[in-house]
Amino acid sequence: MVAEIRKSLIAAVWFIFLTFPLMVVKVNTIENTVEWRWHNMLIVGVTFFFLSWLWRYLLQKKEEGTLTTKGALTKWTDRVMNEPAIYKPLIAVGTVAALLGPLVLSEKHMQPLISALIFIVLGLGLNIVVGLAGLLDLGYVAFYAVGAYAYALLNFHFGLSFWAALPLGAGLGAVFGILLGIPVLRLRGDYLAIVTLGFGEIIRLILENWDDLSHGPSGIANIPGPTLFGDVLSRSDSTVLIYYVIIAMLVFTIFVVNRIQNSRLGRSWLALREDEIACQAMGIDRMKTKLAAFAVGATWAGMAGVVFAAKSGFINPKSFEFWESVLILSIVVLGGQGSILGVILAAFVLKLLPEYVRILGEYRMLLFGAAMVLMMLFRPQGFISNVRRSYEFHGLDEEGADG
Amino acid sequence: MADKVLNVSGLTMDFGGLRAVDTVDLDVRQGEIVALIGPNGAGKTTFFNCITGIYPPTGGDVMVIPPGMEPQRLNGLKPNQITIRGMARTFQNIRLFPNMTALENVMVGRHCRTSAGVIGAIFRGPATRAEERETISISYKLLQKMGLKKHVNDLAKNLPYGAQRRLEIARALATDPFLLLLDEPAAGMNPQETTELDELITQIRDEDGISILLIEHDMKLVMSLSDRIFVVDFGRKIAEGIPQAIKDNPVVIKAYLGEEFEV
Repeated sequence: MVAEIRKSLIAAVWFIFLTFPLMVVKVNTIENTVEWRWHNMLIVGVTFFFLSWLWRYLLQKKEEGTLTTKGALTKWTDRVMNEPAIYKPLIAVGTVAALLGPLVLSEKHMQPLISALIFIVLGLGLNIVVGLAGLLDLGYVAFYAVGAYAYALLNFHFGLSFWAALPLGAGLGAVFGILLGIPVLRLRGDYLAIVTLGFGEIIRLILENWDDLSHGPSGIANIPGPTLFGDVLSRSDSTVLIYYVIIAMLVFTIFVVNRIQNSRLGRSWLALREDEIACQAMGIDRMKTKLAAFAVGATWAGMAGVVFAAKSGFINPKSFEFWESVLILSIVVLGGQGSILGVILAAFVLKLLPEYVRILGEYRMLLFGAAMVLMMLFRPQGFISNVRRSYEFHGLDEEGADG
Repeated sequence: MADKVLNVSGLTMDFGGLRAVDTVDLDVRQGEIVALIGPNGAGKTTFFNCITGIYPPTGGDVMVIPPGMEPQRLNGLKPNQITIRGMARTFQNIRLFPNMTALENVMVGRHCRTSAGVIGAIFRGPATRAEERETISISYKLLQKMGLKKHVNDLAKNLPYGAQRRLEIARALATDPFLLLLDEPAAGMNPQETTELDELITQIRDEDGISILLIEHDMKLVMSLSDRIFVVDFGRKIAEGIPQAIKDNPVVIKAYLGEEFEV
């Protein structure tokens, strides 16, 4: 006990010392006086005294394993996902809520909700590249930009409609995915991350500087929303329609990702992530598998980009900065690599929470960083860890399997 | 020899100035179990890596002759292309896919014998479903054969050590090889497990007609299992022959026990 108190005291003193210039000393440059705010020192001391206590408690819990692998949260999420009696009603409630959303919520709430939904689609798309195939992609937002600009420009020049642009954006996303994939085939880990980061920046810089093509930093305005059977809709109706489009897209994404996960292709991605050499020794073409991951992942970004352009009616390169890539990646990591439910949860937390809780908005980056560090320390597998499908065999003739 | 399945001639591998494998000749005949032995650092694993395409060999020829087919030269092919041609391997330091289940590990082995792509995965048509069912049942049978039935849905990393070694063999067998390369399959196994492994390897040869080339340090296993033995030291082949002849070969004894040892 005494030792514990001493440890916390040392931590508190250390933090008082560290934050002293920031919290205690305040120089008034106009009157050339120094204001000493000693009460801040006390606050810092007491706060960190207790925080360090909490910290050690959590670390100890982690050592015991109660927080991570065998912890209550894991057990709980496993139960939710594995027992039809629990997850079926949840899916039903979710579906009804999703369908009724626009009737209940006002336009003001719809916009952030659609943003969050777009980010779920982006998260699930990146999840294919990062979570399943294990290729760290820091330039994912580039494909999102490709989709958005594809719609905006094709509409501007040729009057292409939203519905035609949607598959086109997806296709272009895939093409750019392969374009990025080819030069980085030989890279992995940190090197891959750096090159993809560069790729993301290249796309953004092109958009910013190639005025003739992209209209430069001023962007493209007056992008129409989707039409319904040829009718042009009012702004608020258009928002509702986009909401349903993105919901449909989300359902489609979940469906596809879920199927791919447990397919021949999905398994080869996992194998690639787990051990590249063994994967090749099993007869898997590394190049093809990687390209497929990049292409399939980028497809969703392309589609989401089209929806984003239609939703906001205006795009410029500011919307596709590195920070967006980081946000999408954080959604994947925080949610749990390879886990669909986790990504959905994380997208809501990271995208919606700052909109509604003002203080979170202001200290967003600070809290964000802290949350990431804590997450990696205490729950590296994310909110919800990916559970591999298990197969059941009936009888000895091993025919038919389900899971 | 018409019934050879693997013929390696003059294989050489240089790493900068270091010659790890020096003009080694080796062959495996249909239905044979051949052992490659030698002291630590003799170049056995490098030899394996060369013929399976992980390293491109500096010199020499690697030919496989799939039973009933034309000989094929393997130099310069990628590991996955070599596996498709019917030569599968395991690794000395186990290289399973740790976060996939045992069954999925074996199913990955089926990859090169199946064909479903993205579209198939999404729409899951009758052809894809049939292929998937076949993959599952073949993989399951392989696990059963390797005595891993109770571990089917366990993550590979949670399997006991001996089971992981057997799972690697099952995964390699899933690629339908005619020649199986085992890199120290008995490393870290207890005598009981080694005996079981002995039976298992013989069974693979007898029942499936798969020829086997293995690297192994456990002399008891090597002597009881192999039809022929090749011995390498400092990258060179120093002896080859039937187990009894190798046992009594003074050159081999010298390589293992040192110069000063009087035979």
